Amino acid sequence: MAVFAPSSVLRRRPNTATEKENRWSQRRHRFDLSGTPYLYIAPFFVAFGVFGLFPLLYTGWMAVTQWNRDIPGSEHTFVGLGNFTRLIHDDYFWNALVNTAAIGVLGTVPQLLLAMWIAHLLQRKMRGRTLLRMGVLLPNITSVAAVGLIFAQLFGRDLGLINWGLSLVGIDKVDWQSGTWQSWVALAVILTWRWTGYNSLIYLAALQAVSDDLYEAADLDGASQFQKFRTITVPALRPTIIFSVIMSTIGTIQLFTEPLMFNPGLSPTGGDSRQFQTLAMYVYEQFWTHGKYSYAATVSWAMFMIIVLAVGANYLLSRRIRSSS
Amino acid sequence: MHTRRRKALTALMLGCLALVATTAGACGSAKPGQTQLDVEIFGDMGYRDLYAKYEQSHPGIKIVEHVVSYDDHHKNLQAHLLGGSGTGDIEAIDGGYISQFRVMADKFVDFRDYGADPGQWLPWKSQQATGTDGSLMGLGADVGGLAMCYRRDLFAQAGLPTDRDKVAALWPDWQSYIATGKRFKANAPDGVAWFDSGSNVFNAIIGQAPVGYTASSNKVVVADNPAVKRAFNLAVEAVQAGESAKLSTFSQQWNAGFQRGSFATVACPAWMTDTIKQNAPQTSGKWDIATIPGGSGNWGGSFLTVPKQSKHRKEAAELAKYLTAPEQASWIFRTQGHLPSQASLYDDPAVLGNTNEFFNNAPTGRIFTEAAKNLRPQYQGPKDGDIGPLIGLGITRVDKGKQQPAQAWHQVLKDVANATEP
Repeated sequence: MAVFAPSSVLRRRPNTATEKENRWSQRRHRFDLSGTPYLYIAPFFVAFGVFGLFPLLYTGWMAVTQWNRDIPGSEHTFVGLGNFTRLIHDDYFWNALVNTAAIGVLGTVPQLLLAMWIAHLLQRKMRGRTLLRMGVLLPNITSVAAVGLIFAQLFGRDLGLINWGLSLVGIDKVDWQSGTWQSWVALAVILTWRWTGYNSLIYLAALQAVSDDLYEAADLDGASQFQKFRTITVPALRPTIIFSVIMSTIGTIQLFTEPLMFNPGLSPTGGDSRQFQTLAMYVYEQFWTHGKYSYAATVSWAMFMIIVLAVGANYLLSRRIRSSS
Repeated sequence: MHTRRRKALTALMLGCLALVATTAGACGSAKPGQTQLDVEIFGDMGYRDLYAKYEQSHPGIKIVEHVVSYDDHHKNLQAHLLGGSGTGDIEAIDGGYISQFRVMADKFVDFRDYGADPGQWLPWKSQQATGTDGSLMGLGADVGGLAMCYRRDLFAQAGLPTDRDKVAALWPDWQSYIATGKRFKANAPDGVAWFDSGSNVFNAIIGQAPVGYTASSNKVVVADNPAVKRAFNLAVEAVQAGESAKLSTFSQQWNAGFQRGSFATVACPAWMTDTIKQNAPQTSGKWDIATIPGGSGNWGGSFLTVPKQSKHRKEAAELAKYLTAPEQASWIFRTQGHLPSQASLYDDPAVLGNTNEFFNNAPTGRIFTEAAKNLRPQYQGPKDGDIGPLIGLGITRVDKGKQQPAQAWHQVLKDVANATEP
């Protein structure tokens, strides 16, 4: 049964000029409310689509072919998951993973603890506090490559400043580039130097939410600086700590520039025994030095999946911590 | 905001953008009617004055040179060839990378189409730039040759002869070189090693073999070729005798090693004489040059190529032929010291009579050209540039005591498999 709506008012076309203008401005207004937000965020998504999503998918496509620089026409050979199978049996991949994890842990755990302590100290009222707060960020704004080169010199075996300093306290000179844990420690020092200030400012911002009354009460109870740190500052920082751990994990899995600069000759091999070759360096070596384009894409995708796993694990852990507190 | 003001601001912004767009393209480009040739190189090849001369004799041509670091230059060339655009009109390619680009010879012009004769150059030099179909994709610019640079004062302190002919007689082959090293070590001043790095010694030895890492069928033969194992064993013997200063070539410590006198001998190509002069200017006169054990060798050297992407192939090919012609190559050798690769110049008295004051007036013209002339052509496969450093790392591991020779060789084979499998 058809229903006839009163048509005279609703369906009459706007005839006069003002009515037409009102209709147009109404449409514009409606579009402004519902459509322009999408326009505002579109630039980011367009850029992400071009520079983030498309390379990701294309790399995935490369990973299922056997593209090699020295075999013309090899970009069309399809090998399915063959590259990933090879990856699982590749000692050098696991070696790079271990290196990356070790440098990551050595470089992140002490660094975040130090950042917390520095943030706690910067809370107190003292002269030049703002200057100190700004100064602590200076290492972070330097050029990564330049700093890497300078630290490589500082850690030089025969002529480095650090070995000279060690010799003053009677320690034999250490071959930082050559040893396994020595290179890990050196790279961890470089990372700590760069990121401690950045993380301490993040923690400092979170600490602004802690009221001074708590600290005053603790002072009245005679608490030491370390006790105040342990009982007031650290619990207040829990969500921020989780955030900085996630960011640090993502950052260290992609670690590339510092170990590359650490190698004399800037070779991506990571030392004579690949002792500090990280995952990103392994990708670089496979792609540029050996010309194994598809295999490099495979390692890249493996890195991506590792990051997803790590962030996922972090997230689940943080949910447990949050639900328990 | 008032509509009029908003419209004015928009017009101003668009005007500024337009201005930037037009001026951005104008820097350094040729005037209308002129052809601009972009020459992309990775080091100072000494061509600047030659460009001026060429532009004078060819009024329609303007030459612009771009210098990028060694690694970046070759990576950029690789990326541009893959991407299909962005190469220069002339691209220099180093001897260490030429065999890799030879696989893509079809992306470069064949200079035979422009009248170049491969016989003009030393046979092994032309062969390195000849594609599988016989096309000549690169014109030889310079070569390295190879000799043994040594410190006369350190030799004297250790009781060895210092005259370069007598020194050359000490080491006709590599075994006697290692033995002389042991003699040196017996009386050497403290902290002075025989040579800088085991991997350099290895490279010099393997370069003299008739077959290297790759057979002419492009099959990698590192595991099967006895010459490679023999070279490895000799280098390992030398480092295990404590003769190495354990330095990485071109590293900071290696540069400083020249100044501090950390080693008494170093396998040096012609271009390294400049490096030594820069690294240790105060050692002038203390160095000398003797023939390398084995009498032949080459390290480095470059080619000029013209990618097919170039929009001015004929003009670029003509310029490349000019820059590498005997007359220009001889001029470059006399003024900059880059050893030429033109076969005709190897009988030219002007080249042969060249001496180097820094190296105690050593007859560099004669020594380096002989080493280059005597070199037997050794087929270079596309993966050779990767394989050499991997074996060098194996020797370094033995040098630093991290692995036994058998272990190191086993890992070298593993590394080579990793590098050469698809």
